[in-house]
Amino acid sequence: MYAQLVETGVKRLKSLEEMSPEERAFQEKIDAEIKIEAKNWMPDAYRQTLIRQISQHAHSEIVGMLPEGNWVTRAPSLKRKLQLMAKIQDEAGHGLYLYSAMETLGADRDEEIAKLHSGKAKYSSIFNYPTLTWADMGAVGWLVDGAAIVNQVVLQRTSYGPYSRAMIRICKEESFHQRQGYELLLTMMRHGTQAQKDMVQDAINRLWWPSLMMFGPSDEHSPNSAQSMAWKIKRQTNDELRQRFIDQTVPQLELLGCTAPDPALKWNEARGHYDFGQIQWQEFYEVLKGNGPCNQERLAKRRNAIEGGAWVREAAVAYARKQQNKNAA
Amino acid sequence: MHKQALIPYLLLLGDSALIQGQRLCEWCGKAPALEEELALMNVGLDLVGQARNWLEYAAELLDDGRDADALAFRRDERAFRNLLLVEQPNGDFAVTMLKQFLYDAWHHAALEGLCASNDARIAGIAAKALKEVTYHLRRSGEWVQRLGDGTEQSRRRMLDAIPLLWRFTVELTAASDHEVQLAAAGVGADPALVGRRWQATVSALFASVELPLPQAASHFYLDGRQGLHTEHLGLLLAEMQFLPRAYPDATW
Repeated sequence: MYAQLVETGVKRLKSLEEMSPEERAFQEKIDAEIKIEAKNWMPDAYRQTLIRQISQHAHSEIVGMLPEGNWVTRAPSLKRKLQLMAKIQDEAGHGLYLYSAMETLGADRDEEIAKLHSGKAKYSSIFNYPTLTWADMGAVGWLVDGAAIVNQVVLQRTSYGPYSRAMIRICKEESFHQRQGYELLLTMMRHGTQAQKDMVQDAINRLWWPSLMMFGPSDEHSPNSAQSMAWKIKRQTNDELRQRFIDQTVPQLELLGCTAPDPALKWNEARGHYDFGQIQWQEFYEVLKGNGPCNQERLAKRRNAIEGGAWVREAAVAYARKQQNKNAA
Repeated sequence: MHKQALIPYLLLLGDSALIQGQRLCEWCGKAPALEEELALMNVGLDLVGQARNWLEYAAELLDDGRDADALAFRRDERAFRNLLLVEQPNGDFAVTMLKQFLYDAWHHAALEGLCASNDARIAGIAAKALKEVTYHLRRSGEWVQRLGDGTEQSRRRMLDAIPLLWRFTVELTAASDHEVQLAAAGVGADPALVGRRWQATVSALFASVELPLPQAASHFYLDGRQGLHTEHLGLLLAEMQFLPRAYPDATW
């Protein structure tokens, strides 16, 4: 989940009777599972919510390159280095898809990126955690991409066509990375030394809870969910997706021979789901507000890249103009 | 058998691609545009992949129990055979792009020659790499043009980058005895031809945007082919090799 708290600006759902004819036609289309396309009429709040959500998602791909970029120069074998480079490259590509999908809604890429850099726009809280060991590369691939996939698989059916199609393309690559991340951990656990095994468990201990937070606040504290669900931007609630993620991840955790840092984690036969402990919501909101361990560093790095690269972009524009003039002459 | 001559040549090709790829990794998250994040990582990925192919072959010929990873991650700087050019720090985008272009022009000419090698393994690796490097060369050349004939500032930065890197280009037109020997045997690319092609590519591109072409670089005190590197390589390797060195028994 790369967009975990998106304002809809809507306090209360309207009934069909309260809607204008346009709104009503729109909602009926949504209810009939017909995709909304860029040129179709849509309520302004729907458009703005999607711009916020897709841009958050795109920003997350871009900021998400940094925790992995931290280890790309230190990857321990040629194979692992190549895998990580391919993954980072895919993430930049996902960012580009998503910015394009967002632009079909009339938003401007540079303006939205400026909002990210000024702290106005959000990105996933997970990328504010540091990557401290090589095992974090596996844990990020497995847990973080795993959580993202659970969310994105559902978003393949989201009501806005361009977003839905971006998700279909992105999910294919993302699943590949997730398997690689898991395989990386499995290799360390099965063939590694005790020091490597400890490294894996330590990475899981640090990234487990932050990964669960990727699904956003619990449903009772998720005021925007009802509208997003009615518009079928969201297809399942935060808590439903989080539960699904836990249910599918625990067996993988066991196969690794590792444990979760959650004494309350236990299979509940009656529910047919795993029970789990309380998420530290205080920490979640602090990280989202900008007070996590790496928020400052992440934003500073992105700002520096774009501000420091302005002369390069200006040069490209100036050169293109000169070439155009030459061709015209 | 040209084995004894071939090993240092494979290391020259493999190490140069690896170190250039490593430098590109350092750009992650710092590129001037998203498209460039993608492109820099893409070029780096190609180069590290090529390095793996050359180093695997070198390891087989060495036949001393080391594999490509051991060659990449357990050799000290005195044993590395890369060109001095590629170990230079990234600097700003102008330095990075000029460095990439000067290397690509050499790399492209060398691979063209290697495609005709009578060593089928070399010809195979080179043919695959040539497709990738054709793209690298086009891209880096275009950036040298854009920056060289873009704004006043970008031109100034490109002009500053030239003297910084030029002295190392002496290695691109030079050759060791074993390279001459390998070329004569039809195994390696002809270093004289590679040097002339490099010269032609660089002078044509510089002329296209009126960048002053310096005199041919003359002898430089150090020599990457002999493992006599600048001070930059040691630090680069310390970072790159840290994990396999710290955990010598580990399986990654």
